[in-house]
Amino acid sequence: MHFDAFDRYHEKESFLHRLDPRVKALVTVMFIVSNALLPDGAWLAFAFAWMFVLAANLLSKLGIGYTFKRSIIALPFALIAITVLFSMPGEPLSTFRFLMWDFTVTDAGLLRFVSILIRAWLSVQMAILLVAVTRFPDLIHALEHLRVPAILTTIIAFLYRYLFVLTDEVFRLLRARQARSAVAPCSRSGGGVVWRAKVAGNMAGQLFLRSYERSDRIYHAMVARGYAGHLYTLNPHEMKSGDYYATALSIALIFLTQILGRL
Amino acid sequence: MHYSPTPLHIPDGFLNLVVSLACWAVTAVILGVAISKTNKALGEKQIPLMGVMAAFIFAAQMINFPVAGGTSGHLLGGALAAIVLGPWAGMLVMTAVIAVQALLFQDGGLLVMGSNILNMGLVTAAIGYGLYRSVIGQPKAVKLTVIGFAAWLSVLAGALLTSLQLWLSGTSQLGIVIPAMLGVHALIGLGEALITVFAVAFIMQTRPDLLGEGSESAKASRSWIFAGGAIALLVVLLSPFASADPDGLERVAMDMGFINAGQSAPFKLIPDYTIPFLGNTALSTIVAGVVGVIVVGAVIILIGRGVKAKS
Repeated sequence: MHFDAFDRYHEKESFLHRLDPRVKALVTVMFIVSNALLPDGAWLAFAFAWMFVLAANLLSKLGIGYTFKRSIIALPFALIAITVLFSMPGEPLSTFRFLMWDFTVTDAGLLRFVSILIRAWLSVQMAILLVAVTRFPDLIHALEHLRVPAILTTIIAFLYRYLFVLTDEVFRLLRARQARSAVAPCSRSGGGVVWRAKVAGNMAGQLFLRSYERSDRIYHAMVARGYAGHLYTLNPHEMKSGDYYATALSIALIFLTQILGRL
Repeated sequence: MHYSPTPLHIPDGFLNLVVSLACWAVTAVILGVAISKTNKALGEKQIPLMGVMAAFIFAAQMINFPVAGGTSGHLLGGALAAIVLGPWAGMLVMTAVIAVQALLFQDGGLLVMGSNILNMGLVTAAIGYGLYRSVIGQPKAVKLTVIGFAAWLSVLAGALLTSLQLWLSGTSQLGIVIPAMLGVHALIGLGEALITVFAVAFIMQTRPDLLGEGSESAKASRSWIFAGGAIALLVVLLSPFASADPDGLERVAMDMGFINAGQSAPFKLIPDYTIPFLGNTALSTIVAGVVGVIVVGAVIILIGRGVKAKS
């Protein structure tokens, strides 16, 4: 597996790609907070926030529908909010029978349900765009600048660095299990559930030992190259005037969204 | 990509700002303690170790085993991380895993990351480690039994916390979300329990030195047993109560002022409308819960015996 197998970065030469990762992280978080602050049914503000997402898509040169296509990911969770349709007090809209129960959808319930979905959908698009236009190591570096404790950013950096290595290891384990799981035609395969769980547990234990030993080797290799508890970067990440303008403009637009939401 | 999201990762938009920030505050305080403890206790060597261990948990979540009907059991890893790495390091490792899942895969939101870390990383680690610590020095079968129970309970605790946060945000109705979430996760927790038990049994057998059982002071150990035990007890007591009597829980929350803080419009049930599941589920959830506990206990004791007989 290649080192960037998990990467969501899309190489392009665009304004958003060049923007300082701190600005991108900050604006993304502010945008998501702003969505959470918008009241239910603030359609104008939701539409405006969507315009913001679309404009960001255009600026990234990834295509106007880039995040839209990938934003389905948050949808399964919507199931958890579905009860709100029936539980908010309000005018009943329609009643239907499911099995033996009557469900009444209220207008207030529908309003909240749709609002929750829109907030989730807008927020996830911005998060998708963030990692599409920012290299993950740059993002980690930005988090460091934004005062996330160094121990956490370092662990995340290592996690990212070795994830694909250990994923390879997992695939080897899975392949080995598959290779040893032959099944004769017309016979039941693979023992009981507990036995299968035992195999999986042993694989997890095995993966732990391999990871542990690997981390030992990694540490020794790092010490051999002069590691003394700090990681250095060659990427200085200096804020340019364009970065400040972009931040100011984004903040202004997010404020405008909030005002529109409260009209 | 071979990456299966779990239903505990809350996306942005499903929790309101107050609940999100409150969870972030709790998470930040606990992480602050974890960071200072880890910085004090560990040398520079531990940083690469914890980083690779975070990748291990992430990768271990891809190991699954077929259960039935196309479903599969797999690991979340909070209890396992705390048991093999210690509680503070385990929490930091889980935090890194959840952060990368949110940042890179959009599995779980950014604003709600505080609550995702709390539900899946911190509480699971505290329960896992606290219960494990309480049986140090006991026979292997007892240890494995307790580890299995702790792993199962840690998943349930995460589900319970997630449900409560969704309810406080006005996203879900308590009477449905709690039985649904607890029911599903009582099953998911079984997979977690089995994999955790077998993984720890494997490590006990091959590299018992890595589990570092004597590494902590008696006082720290006691506080972990206390903390983990208290949270576990709370989950055990609160789950049936919340499933059986969500109205009661709602009343308590209203008395304590949670609901008004949590959501703009305190929602009550529509007068001429009864919650479809409540009447039956109140009783059936308790029964299911009790049966679940018995089944998990029995399975784990059997496994514990089996492992002991072999070793």
